[in-house]
Amino acid sequence: MKESSIGAWDSVAPTDQGEPERPLRTVRIGFIPLVDCATLVVAAEKGFGRREGLALHLVKETSWANIRDRVNLGHFDCAHMLAGMPIASSMGIGHVKVPTVAPFLLGLNGNAVTVSLPLYEQIRGTGVDGDDPASLGRALKLVVDQRRNTGLDPLTFAMVFPFSCHNYELRYWMAAAGIDPDRDIRLVVIPPPLMVDSLAAGHIDGFCVGEPWNSLAVDAGIGRILLTKSALWHMGVEKVLGVRADWAADNRPVLEALIRALYRAAQWADDPANRDELADMLAQSAYLGIPSRIIRRSLSGDILVQAGEPPVHIDDFIVFNRQAANFPWVSQAVWIYTQMVRWGQSEASAEAETAARRCFRPDIYRSALRNSDMAVSLPSMNAKLEGALSGEIPVGSVDGRLTLGPDRFFDDGVFDPDDPEGYLRRFAIRT
Amino acid sequence: MNDTKLNIVVIDENPVRAAILEDGLREAGYTRVTLIGEMTNLLRRLTEIDPEVILIDLENPSRDVLEQMFQVSRIVRRPVAMFVDQSDSAMIQAAVDAGVSAYIVGGLQKDRVRPILDMTISRFHAFARLQDQLEEARSKLADRKVIERAKGILMKQRGMAEEDAYKLLRETAMAQKKKLSDIAEGVVMAAKLLGN
Repeated sequence: MKESSIGAWDSVAPTDQGEPERPLRTVRIGFIPLVDCATLVVAAEKGFGRREGLALHLVKETSWANIRDRVNLGHFDCAHMLAGMPIASSMGIGHVKVPTVAPFLLGLNGNAVTVSLPLYEQIRGTGVDGDDPASLGRALKLVVDQRRNTGLDPLTFAMVFPFSCHNYELRYWMAAAGIDPDRDIRLVVIPPPLMVDSLAAGHIDGFCVGEPWNSLAVDAGIGRILLTKSALWHMGVEKVLGVRADWAADNRPVLEALIRALYRAAQWADDPANRDELADMLAQSAYLGIPSRIIRRSLSGDILVQAGEPPVHIDDFIVFNRQAANFPWVSQAVWIYTQMVRWGQSEASAEAETAARRCFRPDIYRSALRNSDMAVSLPSMNAKLEGALSGEIPVGSVDGRLTLGPDRFFDDGVFDPDDPEGYLRRFAIRT
Repeated sequence: MNDTKLNIVVIDENPVRAAILEDGLREAGYTRVTLIGEMTNLLRRLTEIDPEVILIDLENPSRDVLEQMFQVSRIVRRPVAMFVDQSDSAMIQAAVDAGVSAYIVGGLQKDRVRPILDMTISRFHAFARLQDQLEEARSKLADRKVIERAKGILMKQRGMAEEDAYKLLRETAMAQKKKLSDIAEGVVMAAKLLGN
């Protein structure tokens, strides 16, 4: 298969003077061109990989299914994955069962829900005020009911993959408003590059996707960004570094070096001083291939929600490193498992839950960063209540310097990873 | 049911490759082959055609649309089940290496799909070879052009005969262990930079 291979191809690692040069270990990493691939790109472009003795070879892919298959087949050593993908692979749902682990999160948040301008008018036409998820959900429910009562086709929303956070976010939001995402609307997968055209053509009425695709719909004058992921779940798990479990076991020192490189890259990407450089870096055709001014919006959180309106500042629109954003909380893997159960992708079983728990690997993360020259605040727990923090608070960490939060879900739901069954019982609407 | 009556959809935005595959399938006796080259509203088209086998090239982002069909049987008439056990690994590997993937709708027996997939893989390889040959021919033509230009520059700048200009380029390439076309490109580039 032909592929476009890009990335920093350094032949040797930098060494102190006098030491013999050692060859770099090549690590092949698949990615999808989205703003949240930034940490991988920065690690390759800014020499963080080389510093750890790695030649990071980034390969742009066109679909999440390709990413999964090529990690499974060993074409890639690891990849940019939707958080649900390694869990689905570990459970063997949707495809061949291949135990896959996520030892590092590539970032939090960064998605948004965009609707067509006609649908936005209908939502406003309901008379429900407010731009918060609960109000907008109420308004959408009125539109959905009205369409059914007048015999119109149900609304169609798009997301990017069955095991995407986008799928779970849209469903969570709609169901909280009383909309059954399996019956009251149509929910389809559309690849991000076709989202804008599909919205313009009227094939879909809205979508949930990562940047830059929401902003591109806004700039095309056909959509309005209705909600951001940070408004639905303030610190929501999103993309992870996905690695086959056997590769992780056989190449542990390489993986730990990669995690150190990615940690440094994530710190760099989160630093406001580097925003312009990062936007220009991602704008290159080898990566996103779109104007850097559009990418800069996600990085600054100054989001243009509709053409012709002033930008709106969204706190924590995308988070690359701060607040332990890279730490693979087992509680978040279990939360994804509950969504898979809720929406009929997985049976509720101890086996499936265990597969999810074992998929996120804080032990590898800790081991990689404990022995580094960076002062990384390592959480002292592997799991936490999700959605329990309304402000920043200090939490237990090895050096006592870690703060977390806020991390609320918009409906104030709190997820206790020790009681997934109890959590699921709270929801009336499910597949 | 006769296998040649299987309803097959080929999703490929490359019309040449799609035609090569369609040709192969028809030669093998499959009569119900539909090509889809337009990706918007793909799910609806698939629902209308209601295929039993779907073949899609891996450069196509719409592959993820098909992945959803595993999950949502309500939209499509029958659920899609592709290769979901470990014994399929070799087949998946061969398909991915060739740059194609297959999806099977409903409870179709795997051994009935195998000849279709084998044919698809071999046609995808044939297309890749064709493309490589075309690329090679193109680059040879480009090489010849740049060598001609470099010769012209040397003849003009240094008053050399054509034969001598070519000899100089060739000897330089040999001495520097580089391709003749690379040396020629260097001459053309230098001439451009020096404003000649």
